[in-house]
Formats: sequence, C-alpha cells, structure tokens
Amino acid sequence: MMRVRRLLAVWTAKIISTACRAAGKQGVTLAGKIALKIDPDVLKDLASQVREKIFVVCGTNGKTTTNNLLCSAIESEGKKLVCNHTGSNMLGGVAAAFVLAAGWNGKIDADYACIEIDEASTVRVFPHFKPDYMVLTNLFRDQLDRYGEIDITMKLLDRAMKMAPDMKVIVNADDALSSYLAMESGNPYVTYGITEQVFQEQDTHEIREGRFCKKCGTKLDYEFYHYSQIGKYHCPGCDFTRPEVDFDASQIEMEHGLAFTVEGRRIQANYRGFYNIYNILAAYSAARTAGMQLQNFDRVLTDFNPQNGRMEEFHIDGTRIILNLAKNPAGFNQNISAVMEDEKEKDIIIVINDNAQDGTDISWLWDVDFDRFKEKSIRSITVSGIRCQDMRLRMKYVDIPSELIADVETAIRERIKDGCGNLYVLVNYTALYSTRGILVQMQK
Amino acid sequence: MKLVIGHLYPDLLNLYGDRGNIQCMKKRCEWRGIEAEVREFQLMDSIDFSDLDIVLLGGGSDREQMIVCRKLQEIQKDFKAYVEDYGTVIAVCGGYQLLGHYYDTEEGRIEGLSLVDLYTEQGSPRLITNIVIQNDLFEYPIVGFENHGGRTYIGDNQPLGKVLFGYGNNGKDGAEGVLYKHVVGTYLHGPLLPKNPHVCDYLLKNALERKYGVTELEPLDDEQEKEANQYIVERFVKK
Repeated sequence: MMRVRRLLAVWTAKIISTACRAAGKQGVTLAGKIALKIDPDVLKDLASQVREKIFVVCGTNGKTTTNNLLCSAIESEGKKLVCNHTGSNMLGGVAAAFVLAAGWNGKIDADYACIEIDEASTVRVFPHFKPDYMVLTNLFRDQLDRYGEIDITMKLLDRAMKMAPDMKVIVNADDALSSYLAMESGNPYVTYGITEQVFQEQDTHEIREGRFCKKCGTKLDYEFYHYSQIGKYHCPGCDFTRPEVDFDASQIEMEHGLAFTVEGRRIQANYRGFYNIYNILAAYSAARTAGMQLQNFDRVLTDFNPQNGRMEEFHIDGTRIILNLAKNPAGFNQNISAVMEDEKEKDIIIVINDNAQDGTDISWLWDVDFDRFKEKSIRSITVSGIRCQDMRLRMKYVDIPSELIADVETAIRERIKDGCGNLYVLVNYTALYSTRGILVQMQK
Repeated sequence: MKLVIGHLYPDLLNLYGDRGNIQCMKKRCEWRGIEAEVREFQLMDSIDFSDLDIVLLGGGSDREQMIVCRKLQEIQKDFKAYVEDYGTVIAVCGGYQLLGHYYDTEEGRIEGLSLVDLYTEQGSPRLITNIVIQNDLFEYPIVGFENHGGRTYIGDNQPLGKVLFGYGNNGKDGAEGVLYKHVVGTYLHGPLLPKNPHVCDYLLKNALERKYGVTELEPLDDEQEKEANQYIVERFVKK
C-alpha cells in the first residue's frame, strides 16, 4: 500500500511538471506540493535513498549560484546527484527536486543531494530529512514583509540547526550574523572567508545589518568592510569575534575576471562581481569539507554557465545584454559594483515587480546606493515593471533622470534600437522569469 | 534659510528605507534653495533639541527598540519640551510606538516616551499590506506599506488619516497614525515621504514656520510623485 502511494505521488508529480512545462509554466513547486499531499512520506523516503551525503544551501544572497556550483563540483568527481537547479526552494520545491529525480519505479539513483532552501522553510523541510551539511552564505534584509524581521529569520535558522544537531555548518566567517548562529548552535562548523582587506575606500553610508553584537548588544568594531556588514569584526564588549577561518581566500584579483588563492591553490573564473568570490569559495569549502579532492575545479568554473539570470549574457541584434537578479539592498549594491567594473559605455534597464515572491514591500529600493549610477559611462536609465513609478521616483531623488517604460519587452526593444550596444538589465525576483523569457525568445 | 534634521539612532532604528524619508526632506529643501543639514545621533551622543528643526524617529526590530527605549528615558524631558513647543517630529512604525506610553510585547513592556497620549499592544497576526489613508488636510490620499505586529490606540487624538485600504493603527477603528501639535506618527513605510510629497511639505512648512515664520512653500513639480501615489490609490481603492 505504501509503495503504491509513493509511486502515485511520483507519477502524478512528473505528469504535472511535464504538463506545466508544455503550457509554459513553472509548475515545479506545485508538483512537489501535490506529491506530498498524496504521500506525506515521499520526501523522507526518497531522501533516505541518497547513498552518501545531503547538502543544503541557505542564506539571503548567493544560494542559487553557490548550490549550482557545488553541484557541478560534485558532478566533476563523477558522482550522481539530486538538485533543485531552478531555485524553487520552499518545501514544495524541495520535494519536487526529489520526486522529479526519481525513476518511474519510485527510486532515486543518487550519491549526493544539493538543495538550496529558503531560510524560513528549513524548519518545514528538516522533519523530512536531516542534512549532513548546511552552507550558510550570509544574512541580509530581504523581503521583510514575508518574514517580519531579520531576527525572526535567525530564530528559524537556529531552530533548524537544533533539529539537525549533527549537521555540519559551513559558514561565512565574514558575516557576524551567520557566524553567530553557527557558533551558538552547538552544531559542528567550518568557516570560509576573506581575511585580507580588498577595498581601500570604505563607504560609511551603506546600510549594514546587525551592527550590534547578537550576544551582548555592544556595537561591533570593524577593522574593514568588504561590503554591507561583511568584513572583519570583533565585539569590544564580550568575547564574540570573527571565528578562525578554515578556507581563507587571499591575493584577491578582480582585474580580468576573478582570481584568488585558497589552500595554496590559485582559483580563476571569468565572472564579474566581488560577491562571486564568496559563492565560489562557499562551494569549494563545502565540497572540500565533504572530503572531495576537486582536481577538476578549474574546469568546473570554466564550464559553469549560469542560465538563470545571474549575470547571464544574451546577444540580440548587435547588442550585448547582461541580465542579473538583484532582489535586496545588499545584492543590488553588489550588482551596481559589478556593472561599474565594466568601464565601457552602457545603458541600464531596472525592472521592479512587487508580486508575493518579490516581497510586496519595495521600501528597500531606498536603501540601495543608486547615486553610484551618476557617472559618465551610464548613457541612459530606463525603469520598468509593475513598480516602475517608484523606481523613477527613487532615481529622481538622487537627481538622475530616467525614462519610464512600464512594459519590459518594449523597454528592451527600445534600448536595443537606440542604445549603445551594451545593455544591463537588472531585475528583481519575479521580473527575472518574465524578462529572461522575453530575452530567450528575442535571441532565437 | 536652513533646517536641521535630527535622525535619532539610525544604527538601531533603520529598518525599511528610512533613508528615503531623509533623502526626500533634504531634496525638497534643496530644490527650493533651503539648506538642509542631517545630524545623526548615536546612543552615546547627547542631543540639544534647541538645535533641531525636525526629528526623525525610525523603526527597528522589537529587540533593537528595547535597547533604544532605555536610552530614551534619559532624553524624555527635553524631547517632551521640544514637542510641546511645536517642534516637528516624524516617527515611523517602531518610532511611532515609542511616542506613546508603552508597547506591551510577549517579551515584556517597552517603556515609551509618553510624548503623545497613546499606547500599543502586541497582536497577532502581523498586519502587512499596502495601505491608503485620507485626511482633508491633504489634497490627495496618503499611500504606503504597513508591516506591524503592534496594535496602537490613540484615544481622543487626531489620526493622520482615515483608512481607505489596509489596517491602520489596530485594524479595528479605521484610523491610521496620529497628529499631535507638530508630531506625525504613522505605521506607513514605502518609504512614507517620497510618494507623499504633501506630507513631506507639511513637515517642512511646520518647521520653517516655527523657525522663520514662513507660511507658504514654493511649489515644486510633483508630477512623478503624484503619478506614483495615484498608481497605489487606483490599484487598491478605486477598483
């Protein structure tokens, strides 16, 4: 009877997912939800079939890129794995990753699982399986209306860690909030980080989360910041301090792509954006912690082609278009830095939606340092999406004129027509899927 | 002319784009040729209220509010005198709750400043939505986004507006925010001021009137602000 149920759950999910895809819809989360309805134990069952280890990746920014890199790294070791590549990361999406990976016989053939999980969903996922490793990238303010406040997110993650006390946490030492969680949880942990100062100029006005010690409430002292609240800190009021770093990236270079040294190995990638050093480092540290040699890591990075709107490149009618997701102040500020690393002339389109998955509150736009777009190399700024009016106002209040074209496709066509051939499209979460769809279609 | 805006404890009370409110006040002064200086005060700083023309008290998490409220008791007297003397205050969300006598939470009572006769109790669920309110003092509605667990009761005080869409102070009595002398308290984020230039100008005018006797502000081109405001009104009220 149990077996029939499981088969039914797997089959139904597969059919729903295929049907949704045929209809041009996402459908992954729905497939997972229905599978769990039919057989509440299906996720538990399938996860227990994973032969070696289960990784989960959490944290406000960098989950999807880190998780996908980790998958590629593990695959390069000749292992089979289950992964939620699409970034559907709530309970339904996690269940879908497993049921859709299962064969028609209801069995999974996988050595590893790499699953990104939305922070607040961890406590709903962990009753189904206890991961062996959790990568915790960072905690920033994000989609506040969904979770209330960052303190609530931290409480949930703390509960999740206590639900899986043997799970080893691979944590970003440079984020005081994430490190605090890992160190206080009682779980075993290893750390990664960047101990050398990379940026000489320190912007004092960037919004920084958690500047006060979570342990005693004293304001943390920073030797320097890398960005946002990520940096080298210690508490002058108690013994809380940045932990010893196990995987330390040094000799950082960002001239031509990214390069750094870790464990005596020089690692190079043709990506842009300082934050990607953390993503690469997190994936590397996780795989190494699990005992992998990663002999082919260079090739993993060369072959890694994000097809998910994270610095994804398109070429349409002679214009190079880079699509990038930016869904909270920390992410957006890092995005602006990445755009400004390109010194060529450029046009910019910013697409802002306020659907449920974006967070319906868009106040965070005012915490992004858009004044950094006040530079000669920026030829034009176009605002688009559901909340383009708010975005236009945001630019007005830093004295940067922008053109409002609410319809995304029209905005893109206009800038291809009259732009300089170098176009950046910065989008928030739900705008990513629709905008990417438009670009894929146009590129055909 | 010059206005000095005091931003209280931005290290702790800085949720939800309070920076936008500051930026809005600054720019709308600048565009009129009025100098605007923003002074940030940290917990250890002493505050001379006689130097300030506008005080901004933003929102923080409950935990951070608890830290601030201890400090606030030390400046209560000076702050109260400033308010009674028609000093301009804009208090948003957590800052709004701190204007009152207390905020009762699950984890204990957060003592307020008792600047305005109001109090807050924690409720469930959090009230989270876009919000539109109206007050005949302003020529068109005030729009924003609310996200609060607290239920605030303002007694006989004037509200900032009547709720047309959303929850307001407590989800029951149809009132949002409070107006007391030159104090504006509200749950509205968005941030509040950019899409509500009429509220911003109300604060600026009150401050300029108190300092310089100015009764009229030079009008600005608010077409983009009004369009953004109207978009919210039409989306949520005029169905």
